Amino acid sequence: MIASSQTPITRRMAGFIDHLRLNDFAVGPAETRLALDILDRIGPLERAHAQQGLKSLLSARQAEWDKFDDLFEAYWFRRGRERAAAKPVNAHQRATARHPGIWSGHLPAQAASGLASSSGTEDDRDTSGTASGRVVASMAHQLRQTDLRHIADPEELAEAERLAHTLATAIRDRLSRRYAFADTGRKLDFRRTFRANLGHGGEPITLVHKARPDRPVRIVVLVDVSGSMALYSRVFLQFVRGLLSAWIDADAYLVHTKLVPVTDILREPDSLKAMTRLALMADGFGGGTRLGDCLKVFNDRYAKRALNARSVVMILSDGYDTGTPDLLSRELKRLKRRARRLVWLNPMLGWRDYEPVTRAMAAALPLIDHFAAANTLDALAAIEPELARL
Amino acid sequence: MDAVTDLKSRLAAVNYVADDTLATALALAIDLKRPLLLEGEAGVGKTEIAKALSTLLETRLIRLQCYEGLDANAAIYEWNYQRQLLAIKASEHEQTSAADIERHIFSETYLLKRPLLQAISEAKPAVLLIDEVDRADEAFEAYLLEILSDFQITIPELGTISAVSVPHVVLTSNGSRDLSDALRRRCLYSYVDYPDPERELAIILSHRPDIEERLAVQISRFVRALRKEDLEKAPGIAETLDWAAALTGLGVSSLDHDPDAVQASLICLLKTEADAAAVTREVTSRLAGEAA
Repeated sequence: MIASSQTPITRRMAGFIDHLRLNDFAVGPAETRLALDILDRIGPLERAHAQQGLKSLLSARQAEWDKFDDLFEAYWFRRGRERAAAKPVNAHQRATARHPGIWSGHLPAQAASGLASSSGTEDDRDTSGTASGRVVASMAHQLRQTDLRHIADPEELAEAERLAHTLATAIRDRLSRRYAFADTGRKLDFRRTFRANLGHGGEPITLVHKARPDRPVRIVVLVDVSGSMALYSRVFLQFVRGLLSAWIDADAYLVHTKLVPVTDILREPDSLKAMTRLALMADGFGGGTRLGDCLKVFNDRYAKRALNARSVVMILSDGYDTGTPDLLSRELKRLKRRARRLVWLNPMLGWRDYEPVTRAMAAALPLIDHFAAANTLDALAAIEPELARL
Repeated sequence: MDAVTDLKSRLAAVNYVADDTLATALALAIDLKRPLLLEGEAGVGKTEIAKALSTLLETRLIRLQCYEGLDANAAIYEWNYQRQLLAIKASEHEQTSAADIERHIFSETYLLKRPLLQAISEAKPAVLLIDEVDRADEAFEAYLLEILSDFQITIPELGTISAVSVPHVVLTSNGSRDLSDALRRRCLYSYVDYPDPERELAIILSHRPDIEERLAVQISRFVRALRKEDLEKAPGIAETLDWAAALTGLGVSSLDHDPDAVQASLICLLKTEADAAAVTREVTSRLAGEAA
């Protein structure tokens, strides 16, 4: 009953699936077959029903659900124009198409090669470094204490970013090195096993296991990427990349005039690719930071999923907000209700004679659990206790 | 397609007012024997769909409420450990061999069927509602995946139990955690949104036949407008129905007649302190004016 692969409708459907795939739908050949099956059952002339049927088969999440009708319309009813729009652009072309202004320092060849060559050694460092906790070599000492805005040389910048990444992975490992009692652990808990088997005359019949406990914290990071913060954000984003691994629950968002979730991008293993994609996103906006509005979007849309009672929210921003302080303070209060701790990192706090007097900062200050500078790598390393403790 | 229209009218007969999209998804799910994953805000009637479906098909509704830490024991099967111990004790004085005892205590008599096993052993295909699947952890999702693709369960002591009938599976999710792509791909998907005023009106009329139609129209418009306000928790359909009941109970015949009673009855719709404070008398009278 299913049309063979030769018929025009089969080819058209395969084209449609391809069209969806180009738009980030996770669909494959199995779906093509089912889609044809559905079309067969409904009858291709029942347009509305066919569209709804295919929609429920082929979309798998709300974002896809919302996009589907447009894509369907575009493919089946306005062929010429949309086909051109859906033409695949290869990843390389897309990445090199534009070199955005503020981030452009990241893209020159020498910085790129510096990052690429360092990414190979990071893994080795991860494993060898777990025992000592912090793995930053003393050679890098000078760099760690330099205010990040004074780093101008692209190679030094790349080095700073690498250090930030390593620091973060070190922190990550420290967070859950402890073992605790668990039903199905990989190691035996000898003390508890002996205790449990006293009743069997010491024969180890009941085995008690231990495992590394659940992630102690969830980290949500909101990074201000407005022009005034560009230099710090770049290094800080590397730091966040280090935190975001399969090991720890973490989410990251860019804050600008809009809020952009970037967790997926930061999970990208290739450092250069990740940063380039971020650069493109950060460049898409203009104007000042609208922290209050961004937090509102976060609270409305993402907070339910991203936050729980073990969450630490980190905001990296200089507090130059173009919105009203009232809104900021109200949204921070809402945020506080869902999260356990609120850590605000303000690079300017590390400057001499800086007082947090911007209106936004003054409004936010009473709600912040920990207010710290983040202008040097040492300062970044110092937030670790804030993450480890709830 | 006639099947969709037909299903829609049959759903209406059991007091569930579905729109075309949902009815199509449901019809396909029944037709293709695929699980249906429903996502949407709390209170848009996701769980009710499964209930309506079971009434409509005149079959059992088996519900598995997910929660953090839900495991195979609570969801699939469990050995009745205490009963097994008693059986061993009781057979101590008989001359039964250890192998016989083992065979005996690991038979189906000592098996406690949990919802998933129960659902596949019903003679008539049941409706299996897996509610708030996003609350369960990823390990459980993996079990679920296995069962939903093969409809069989392997019990090491007993062997593989295949499905007597393939249940109609409805999964719901509130989006508190992102589900895995593998699970999503197994399912048909439908995003359930708040109903439009016409559908909400139909829902109110079908659940509260005693209500005056004019009031029902006003209620549906008012709730629609209220959802657009900046609220922490937008009212769902159940809240609308509660409110409709409250208004009829208070003897309100039109929203603009008795502002005191309307304001007081808003507790049916607004479920957080901030929302209650945000919807002042002025807001209420503005919305009521628009709705009237």
